[in-house]
Amino acid sequence: MKIREIFDTMDYGPAPESADEALAWIKQHGGQFGHYINGAFTKPGKGFDSANPATGVRLAGITEATQKDVDSAVSAARKAQPGWAGLGGPGRARFMYALARLLQKHARLFSVLETLDNGKPIRESRDLDIPLAQRHFYYHAGMAQIMDEALPGREALGVCGQIVPWNFPLLMLAWKIAPALATGNTVVLKPAEYTSLTALLFADICSQAGLPPGVVNIVTGDGTVGEMIVASEVDKIAFTGSTEVGRQIRRATAGSGKALTLELGGKSPYIVFDDADIDSAIEGLVDAIWFNQGQVCCAGSRLLLHEPIAEDFLTRLKARMAKLRLGDPLDKCIDVGAIVDPVQLERIREMVEGAGGSCFQPDLALPAQGCFYPPTLITGLAPSDPLMQEEIFGPVLVSCTFRTPDEAVALANNTRYGLAATVWSENVNLCLDIAPKLAAGVVWVNATNLFDAAAGFGGVRESGFGREGGWEGLSAYTRPVGKSAKLAPIKAHGGAGAAADPVDRTAKMYIGGKQARPDSGYSIAVHGPKGQLLGHVGQGSRKDIRNAVEAARGAGGWARSTGHLRAQILYYTAENLSARSDEFANRLNAMSGARTGRKEVDAAIDRLFTFAAWADKVDGQARGVPIRGVALAMREPVGVIGALCPDEAPLLGAVTIMGAALAMGNRVVLAAPKVSPLALTDFYQVLDTSDVPAGCVNIVTGTHADLAGPLAKHLDVDAVWSFSSSDLSGAIEAESALNLKRTWVNNGQTRDWYAQDSREWLDQATEVKTVWIPYGE
Amino acid sequence: MDQRADNDTRNMGTALDLDRVRAVQANTSAIERRAATLPGRRSVKKDYQAAWLLKAVTCIDLTTLSGDDTAERVKRLCAKARNPVDRRLLEAMGMPDVTVGAVCVYHDMVDVALRALEGTGIPVAAVSTGFPAGLSPFHLRLAEIGESVKAGAEEIDIVISRRHVLSGDWQALYDEMRAFREACGSAHVKAILATGELGTLRNVARASMVCMMAGADFIKTSTGKESVNATLPVSLTMIRAIRAYHAMTGWRVGYKPAGGISKAKDALVYLSLIKEELGERWLRPNLFRFGASSLLGDIERQLEHHVTGAYSAGYRHAMG
Repeated sequence: MKIREIFDTMDYGPAPESADEALAWIKQHGGQFGHYINGAFTKPGKGFDSANPATGVRLAGITEATQKDVDSAVSAARKAQPGWAGLGGPGRARFMYALARLLQKHARLFSVLETLDNGKPIRESRDLDIPLAQRHFYYHAGMAQIMDEALPGREALGVCGQIVPWNFPLLMLAWKIAPALATGNTVVLKPAEYTSLTALLFADICSQAGLPPGVVNIVTGDGTVGEMIVASEVDKIAFTGSTEVGRQIRRATAGSGKALTLELGGKSPYIVFDDADIDSAIEGLVDAIWFNQGQVCCAGSRLLLHEPIAEDFLTRLKARMAKLRLGDPLDKCIDVGAIVDPVQLERIREMVEGAGGSCFQPDLALPAQGCFYPPTLITGLAPSDPLMQEEIFGPVLVSCTFRTPDEAVALANNTRYGLAATVWSENVNLCLDIAPKLAAGVVWVNATNLFDAAAGFGGVRESGFGREGGWEGLSAYTRPVGKSAKLAPIKAHGGAGAAADPVDRTAKMYIGGKQARPDSGYSIAVHGPKGQLLGHVGQGSRKDIRNAVEAARGAGGWARSTGHLRAQILYYTAENLSARSDEFANRLNAMSGARTGRKEVDAAIDRLFTFAAWADKVDGQARGVPIRGVALAMREPVGVIGALCPDEAPLLGAVTIMGAALAMGNRVVLAAPKVSPLALTDFYQVLDTSDVPAGCVNIVTGTHADLAGPLAKHLDVDAVWSFSSSDLSGAIEAESALNLKRTWVNNGQTRDWYAQDSREWLDQATEVKTVWIPYGE
Repeated sequence: MDQRADNDTRNMGTALDLDRVRAVQANTSAIERRAATLPGRRSVKKDYQAAWLLKAVTCIDLTTLSGDDTAERVKRLCAKARNPVDRRLLEAMGMPDVTVGAVCVYHDMVDVALRALEGTGIPVAAVSTGFPAGLSPFHLRLAEIGESVKAGAEEIDIVISRRHVLSGDWQALYDEMRAFREACGSAHVKAILATGELGTLRNVARASMVCMMAGADFIKTSTGKESVNATLPVSLTMIRAIRAYHAMTGWRVGYKPAGGISKAKDALVYLSLIKEELGERWLRPNLFRFGASSLLGDIERQLEHHVTGAYSAGYRHAMG
């Protein structure tokens, strides 16, 4: 076109970024890649091609890992781990700093390679993915430097198996590798099969940084390689990907003792109130759902519009959509690039074709070839439409309207997911009221898709568990220093002795603040060590669990109560327990035959005081993220926690669980210790006299084996803790996969119930929600 | 080339709609984020860049507003306005007839400028109404407009009373703007908001809306005399107001960022901002102007680089 014509049309014209350097790097490796194991590339073997989704052209050959490859990567990592941890924080920091610097030095190469392999616009890889990956390494180099001082009493887990998705290949690698290395772990990482190249370039960088061999190992391949890593002798699995695969990994690792963090799918709400800056909210939406072609786990894909502005908003949104530029991802003027693979493209097509509502796609020219899908808006949907519930993972926005703030929250939370949420309103009262009510790990106020290494990212519900970034992300790669021993199963005493007390005492269950008979109508005899009959407890069943969970769910007001109030009630409970300490000590002694009752009661009273003290002191944090604004790391209760109480410290154990959970605003369903259940059934009288609101603590008696399944499977339970001496950890973790509830199980290991370890308990009893609040007028 | 002969009908204004004005929101952080990422989202290269820079030239209000302006100084500026870019470069690009959008001077220089620009079709704009502070007696401000129009200025750049915005007296702002507009008669009126003195983007957005309701043909950021002049966030706020006003009334109001735009690259960003937020229709001198004095020099150097392939030097291009 002549200059005069351009002058008249004012078109942008092509602005291509050169692919030459990136292609030269591939060529330098012979166009074929092996794995990166023990500091060197292996010989390329049988595998598959990696293609440019924008053109379909083959970029390189990638090797599919065999069991042998995975084994040798894991064993290299295992061998390297003690040395790497032994380097100490400052020693590791030097290497991590070098990695950060090298990522920066080769920033353009990484960006272009990412865009070639993934199809995302060069602007995004250049301005977001790669700088954020650098930032992650810088931040964690710092974490390594100060770890000994900042995290006393924590140590590396060991070898971490890490599996990352194709939507942010290098960034997800950074999120996984940086915290692992900072804390002294070594890793075996598998990139997604569509997008292995930047991980392999990162391997190059590791060699350039002189990283000790075996600290970072990269194996390539598809899901079967992922399964091999999950099954291998690693100490932790960190996975980012689909909820379905996350579920499989949860089942596969159940009972193995491997630590697990899962960052899974989402259907994140994007709420716009009538007093929002609508143009800015629309621009935010562009970054929410058309960023990376909508292939973002936290994409704001569910637009919830306040009725008064809905029509105007949608009109303006459609006009904005028509301005999006779709095409060659290497062009600097492109907003929407290519879908990663034809398989994904087909999936998006199918989902949209079956949709209800009315579908709008702007009149944009799609490139003749390559995997492209136009920005799409589907309006007029209701929560019952499948597209309002299912993750599409493409550039497709669905929407419906709401009338009131309460309804906005109800609609937002009407999902199995809980990754992120966005709220737009110029009313600070409204924003700060809504943010804590949203079931999400991340909330953005008047902004969207803000990320930083200093702010935790991760979900609740079926969006997974664990956080990446910030202190909470770091702690997921460490464990308390110290060893535990195997916990021998503790058997209930049998016997046929006479009743120890001439007056029969009927210990009932305690559900919703009331004593309740077992639904089964059966009772279990409780004997002392000499066979004497101490009393009976109800034989709990799934029905009792059902009732108890319902009561706990109904007591949601506890989560919103103040820390001060919760402290007062826990102090009062301690006071009332203290008043009856002789009785409890005697009861414990009678059940155990030992003389430790007094000590245990005193410890239990002390524990209640301790958690009462903590109730108003587990503060959130304001994180130093690089924006004008704050990212609040708010500690929120996990919700309804089901717990199997320990047999070896029947009162102290149950009181510890209850104290930690209640202090943080949770409600509990306690499966009483099977050997000495009476310690807990007596305890409900203490609860009754201590103003503990009905439903906050529920006590079910019976055998742990009967109660564990219904608790772990219950879809309205948010976490299951097990300290049972019965071997139930594996079964609980496997069942928990159903709704991906958090689990904290003992894996048949002992625990020192007298130890002062409140922090660990409080961490388990809370989730960190990151609320981003940019400000400025 | 003269593109001012456009079919756009002139904004006649509307009644003051206070509900509308007060409902305007502007979230500063979000606006800043959009403004900060825009330069990375759009890029024009090669011939496209040259064409865009030439477009920028045609949208420049070549300006001198100094106490030491003399007739000779203004004549020199007008000579530059007629030949903004080295003729050989323009011919090499097949665009020999490029001139700037207007020449902008104080009232006393209107006559000199008109004579210096005779036959070119380049209009003369006069700053008015007690520019830059706008605090002289109201009747004198009105009279000043009348004098400039009588002297032949086709465009009048008025300054609003910032105090009306800061005290939230939208009615007073509306009435003042209405009166200015009427005093302009057939001359087009640009409302200078002096955004650097309005405190918040919300005020900028609301003042923009009120001035358009009162019949402004253009809204303009600054006098060039405030400590903060045109910025991208302010521009985004104002052009979104223009878009909203267009959706409301069907009238297209022009936009003029002034002060602080001195690089060719900045000019390209502004043009893409207009294209993205308002559309190509606004990329003409009848709806878009740069108030700038040193921008042209940088554009000339970039254009020489485009034609010759060698980076240019400032002294090779004629002064204005």
